[in-house]
Amino acid sequence: MELDPLILSRIQFAFVVCFHAIFPVFTIGLASYIALLNGLFFANGNPAWERLASFWTKVFAVVFGMGVVSGIVMSFQFGTNWSNFSQASANFLGPVLSYEVVTAFFLEAGFLGVLLFGRGKVPQGVHLFAALMVAVGTFISSFWILAANSWMQTPAGVELIDGSFHVTSWSEALFNPSFGYRFVHMGMASFLTGGFVVAGVSAWFLLRGRDVPANKKALSMCLWLLLVLAPAQAVVGDFHGLNTLEHQPTKVAAMEGNWETQSHAPLLLFAIPDKDAQENLFEVGIPSLASLILTHQADGVVPGLKDVPVDEQPVVALVFWSFRVMVALGLAMIAVAVTGLVLRRGGRVYSHERYLKVLVGMSVTPFIAVLAGWIVTESGRSPWLVYGLMTQAEGLTPSLTGGMALFTLVGYIAVYAVVFWAGIYYLLRVIRQGMLPHDQEVVVDDIERAKRPLSATHIPFDDDAGHPVRS
Amino acid sequence: MQTFDLSLIWAAIIGFGVIMYVLMDGFDLGLGILFPFAPDEDARDVMMNSVAPIWDGNETWLVLGGAGLLGAFPLVYSVFLPALYIGVFLMLAGLIFRGVAFEFRFKSKRNRHWWNRAFCWGSAVATFAQGAVVGTYIQGFETEGFVYVGGALDWLTPFTVLTGLGMMAGYSLLGATWLILKSEGHVQEWAYRITPKLLAAVLVVFAIISAWTPFVDGGVRERWFSEVSFIWLLPLLAMVCAYGIYRWVSHRREGMPFLATLGMFIFTYLGLVASKWPVIVPPDHTIWDAASAPESQLFLLLGMLFVIPIVLTYTAWTYWVFRGKVRTGEGYH
Repeated sequence: MELDPLILSRIQFAFVVCFHAIFPVFTIGLASYIALLNGLFFANGNPAWERLASFWTKVFAVVFGMGVVSGIVMSFQFGTNWSNFSQASANFLGPVLSYEVVTAFFLEAGFLGVLLFGRGKVPQGVHLFAALMVAVGTFISSFWILAANSWMQTPAGVELIDGSFHVTSWSEALFNPSFGYRFVHMGMASFLTGGFVVAGVSAWFLLRGRDVPANKKALSMCLWLLLVLAPAQAVVGDFHGLNTLEHQPTKVAAMEGNWETQSHAPLLLFAIPDKDAQENLFEVGIPSLASLILTHQADGVVPGLKDVPVDEQPVVALVFWSFRVMVALGLAMIAVAVTGLVLRRGGRVYSHERYLKVLVGMSVTPFIAVLAGWIVTESGRSPWLVYGLMTQAEGLTPSLTGGMALFTLVGYIAVYAVVFWAGIYYLLRVIRQGMLPHDQEVVVDDIERAKRPLSATHIPFDDDAGHPVRS
Repeated sequence: MQTFDLSLIWAAIIGFGVIMYVLMDGFDLGLGILFPFAPDEDARDVMMNSVAPIWDGNETWLVLGGAGLLGAFPLVYSVFLPALYIGVFLMLAGLIFRGVAFEFRFKSKRNRHWWNRAFCWGSAVATFAQGAVVGTYIQGFETEGFVYVGGALDWLTPFTVLTGLGMMAGYSLLGATWLILKSEGHVQEWAYRITPKLLAAVLVVFAIISAWTPFVDGGVRERWFSEVSFIWLLPLLAMVCAYGIYRWVSHRREGMPFLATLGMFIFTYLGLVASKWPVIVPPDHTIWDAASAPESQLFLLLGMLFVIPIVLTYTAWTYWVFRGKVRTGEGYH
């Protein structure tokens, strides 16, 4: 069988971006949480907030470090595998992606160092300011990335001259039609991720009776946040879906598994879409509900996949099922958040063993939901790379062969497997150690240590590395 | 109305970024290459401690340069990366492994030998790949219009293997002279001993490369040998620096060998730039062919003019904070 460089490049990009995305999606939410904890400590001086803040800052350090390492590869992927796309869209994407790098470095150079190492060395207000700036910075970073991605979904503000895009309006290109929806949806997803991870870890500590007062506070905060955010995210998601319906109807058709343009379109709960046959082999649905959701009328017309030729349809089953995974997990999040409210009566929420175990398990679900959502929006766009203007095949590096693409795909999987193993293993050690009593916190000496994310923790990598306190 | 040439400004920025990267990441990569030859584990601790606080700042320039290229000279980005596809992968894999080794080596004891290996091999592979990039740049790229049309391994020729090895020798020399500056006792003595050998290796490889390059690229031959020109000063100055390294190591000076090595790199680099200017994607495409639209170059320039001074200040501050000797058994825990 001939190796197809296009498919292999798509798999490689998907793999690298999925691997990378799980880190920033967590750090964006966590950065705001840390800023909030520092703010609470600043406001009322309760040491529980400070201990929580310093524990989660350590976790943040490790995750941020892994995000940076896995992100470096991203900035080269555009050139290695998608050189025609890079060349054509550089006038817009080049500055936008560079600004993301600039933002990240500006952050890392200044405020991150103060946040990680400045506690007790700079005035408390300065430390809080640094925490706020790191939180703001993560949003600025995601602004650039999501502007770039949204532009590829709903291109605007450019004109195509001799095969390259030239920017006619920076504001139209950056704030393109899908940008606002994607930015809000993604920002809330980050907060949900941060919220469920913090809730899960707090529950894990509560189950073991460790640092009960502080972890109760943390859990309570998270559950209030999730109670608001989880349902709100469903509403935002709905608006995002309507925006997609307007600009990328084929993607919505694939999400719904809807082949024919029709009114009274059913909401399919289960189906096996078959692209070759151009129909679903089997389906279970609720009549008219898709029409109701998408058009807010039972007899509203929902576009079908057959409106476009077969070669302009995405991989329907992938989009269809990824969408269902995302929605199902979103509904589970709402259910868990509401259950938490019910269990607050009599304070059972902090001691209900089964509920706490569910919370521990839920801490991985936002990651899966986020990846599923990205698979919907990215693969749902195919075959387009820049929607309606450039296909994936046109954007591919012309000199790329299947063998080359396979070599690097296997290579990146191998490299990331090692990095991921080391990172997650270490992260779990950091979490397991938990919050330290004040007098056991290791004092960090400025002069002798690197100002880098991972050096914010002193926990040894393996068991016999001895006590990490400096001699 | 175009009152100043943005492409020229950008060429200066990218050129500055490249040499900053080469000089700064060069010595920490070089230490990685020298790692297995160190006399003992204490020496390895000193070597790693001497760069641990600064290496990731050094790599800032690589990412800044990569992103800047896409914004300012997309043609370079979209020809170099496909042409060097396998080499770029090897370089990134190497840099990732050594980055992770930096983080975890000090946090482990039982697994330390694995992180030692990751550090050494990662550094060596990344350095070789960077040398091969230079060689490929001298060789030129097979393009049709603005698209690379050559094969996957066109970049791997006897010439680029030689430039790869040359880069390994050069970075090792930077690493050794850096270690002279930052260490004392038996570690410093070891660094003094290996420096002349590395210098000899660098000179031999560079002599072969310099003699070979005019045959690889006719434009270079034309540039250097058609008439006597001031650019002949550049290799001369590089030679003066090389002699300086030798002299100052003999006199057991501590700072000067490193500075002289930096000088040797800078003059060699300027010599390379002088050979090719204004071609940026050899053999045919100049910086003006490779440029993005002026409005894009300008939009990005505003941000860069803001951030580069900050990065420079921060870098200088870090080096100042971590100045002085690194001793065995202290520091980075």
